[in-house]
Amino acid sequence: MEKFKNIKSIPAYLPLINIDTDMIIPKQFLKTIKRSGLGKSLFYEMRFDEQGNSIKNFVLNNDPYKNSKILISGKNFGCGSSREHAPWALLDFGIRCVISQSFADIFYNNCFKNGILPIIVQENIVKELGECSGRKENIEIKLSEQEIIYGNKSHKFKLDLFKKKCLIEGLDDIALSLEKTKHIETFENKLTQNKPWILNNG
Amino acid sequence: MPKTLYDKIWDEHLVYERQDGTSLLYVDRHLIHEVTSPQAFEGLRLGKRKVRKPNLNLAVADHNVPTTDRSKGIDDKESKIQVDALRNNCKEFGIEFFDMNDKRHGIVHIIGPEQGFTQPGTVIVCGDSHTATHGAFGALAFGVGTSEVEHVLATQTLIQKKSKNFRLIVNGKLSIGVTAKDVILKIIGTIGTAGGTGFVIEFAGDVIKNLSIEERMTVCNMTIEGGARAGLIEPDKKTFEYLKGKPMSPKHNNWNKALEHWSNLKSDDDCKFDKEVVIKGEDIVPQVTWGTSPQDVVPVNGFVPNPDQEKDKDRKVAMERSLNYMGLQPNTKITDIKIDKVFIGSCTNGRIQDLREAAKLLKDKKIAKHVNAIVVPGSGLVKGQAEEEGLDKIFKNSGFEWREPGCSMCLAMNADKLNPKERCASTSNRNFEGRQGRGGRTHLVSPAMAVAAAINGHLSDVRKF
Ligand code: SF4
Repeated sequence: MEKFKNIKSIPAYLPLINIDTDMIIPKQFLKTIKRSGLGKSLFYEMRFDEQGNSIKNFVLNNDPYKNSKILISGKNFGCGSSREHAPWALLDFGIRCVISQSFADIFYNNCFKNGILPIIVQENIVKELGECSGRKENIEIKLSEQEIIYGNKSHKFKLDLFKKKCLIEGLDDIALSLEKTKHIETFENKLTQNKPWILNNG
Repeated sequence: MPKTLYDKIWDEHLVYERQDGTSLLYVDRHLIHEVTSPQAFEGLRLGKRKVRKPNLNLAVADHNVPTTDRSKGIDDKESKIQVDALRNNCKEFGIEFFDMNDKRHGIVHIIGPEQGFTQPGTVIVCGDSHTATHGAFGALAFGVGTSEVEHVLATQTLIQKKSKNFRLIVNGKLSIGVTAKDVILKIIGTIGTAGGTGFVIEFAGDVIKNLSIEERMTVCNMTIEGGARAGLIEPDKKTFEYLKGKPMSPKHNNWNKALEHWSNLKSDDDCKFDKEVVIKGEDIVPQVTWGTSPQDVVPVNGFVPNPDQEKDKDRKVAMERSLNYMGLQPNTKITDIKIDKVFIGSCTNGRIQDLREAAKLLKDKKIAKHVNAIVVPGSGLVKGQAEEEGLDKIFKNSGFEWREPGCSMCLAMNADKLNPKERCASTSNRNFEGRQGRGGRTHLVSPAMAVAAAINGHLSDVRKF
């Protein structure tokens, strides 16, 4: 996974609540067996009409938001299906950070596995950042400081330490967990003793 | 300290805990389907990693498969590639795979319980948000992303942080015509789609206790629509009876040991929940969704709500967008809404009990002329059982199409979909924009309500049947 570096970008603002992963990447694009190439289909049904023409008033179709690295949205972002195609599509489009009042659980976790930083902030901050977007002003995300800098203000956000470390260092968490193989073996040995029906499946 | 059922399962599966509470949790059972797994297997190959415990995995292709004649295989090129990829991956890594023509084939959340792969007290994951279904057995079951699928394959564990405890009690009794589907729709309407975020929900109360195992699966299935990590129900005699003799259930001496363990799986009497919501069973009437979020529910005898009466601004915008998408006017009587299609199936309502209830109502009746209706059994075994009972004939005689098992029009990844502006009474779990086909309009209902709608040609109150 690519290391997460600080970002400066004019954010795109999508002021809708409950954006679900079906909206982020509709099912017709889930038939791929690859992780890449989904950016062009991001928000497909909101971005393109039935003839495939781009819809003018959709934020990500317009300059400068086409090149935004930061997406701001209404609460409960990423609800619904567990499809990791959603963060893959965001990433492929160039989005490295999503800011919302709240995220759905599975989507939130999926972001970290792909080097995307989801930031949770209060409603008033979402609105202020949305205004920056409207004025086409850059905002800056500093991960190690856990800080969003906008205008002459800054806002500290909360983040799980382990998740932060994985992002900053671009860590492969499977490799990390495999370092704990001894613990897994011990656990399985106990399991054979205590619940023999689990490991032999029957 | 007294513990909840979730606390107990969590503690029993803790392999390793970091200082900040991030933990490695052991995964007893891993279900796999074709859409969320190819990149995970590819990752294993690239990392030269093996599957740690192949026999704790079970795979099936359900999302992409056609539900019409399958003898010639899959027409759609991309779908075929994805299904073939799963078959080959399972072969390469030694994982059991139920192929399309296997009788045991079906929707991933239906075959797990049918085979006894799903068991109380286990941690079950799958790259699919409706994994919560298996919580009906008192398992901690939840959906994960593809990277996590890869992590489970490689390590048989998952990195997790503990959620908070939420108890949702449904007390009292259900009235006639009210089903498990109405219970869960009412719950989501009450707590909202983010009401469960950060929590694991334990469903409790007399109504839940009195539900059959299949009905409990319907309730737990849609926990994710309330945003919770998982939903579970204390296992009881009904649970054990359901599992007894299933192909992958514990056998002989192991059965007795398992039973002893399972019987202790309950929240301690004096344990504390971080959140609690109580709903009265008597207050639940048959539910219908009017919008594009599963929380957009109204009683069937109600009206489409008016956004002008909504005080929350964001919510008002969302409601207006939903109504526009759904092609509905505020204050329309729900039972005046005409429908074009009916879909009975999915991991929410594609089990034998669902088909029985639907068929009972349908017997000797015809569906409305303008309605196109399909039944898609949840699995080959459900289909076989239904045919043995003659349910297929009842459906066909009434004008329903009788299909092969799969996810079908629940998410329309195969050929079964709504055309733009087509309106559907559906027993599935999501009414999101475009879920059943671009521009398609979904009303979530119970199987009985779906049948009522099919017969009348508009949304209807099953209690008047
Ligand atoms: S039936 Fe629908 S919800 Fe269930 S697994 Fe299939 S697509 Fe997902």
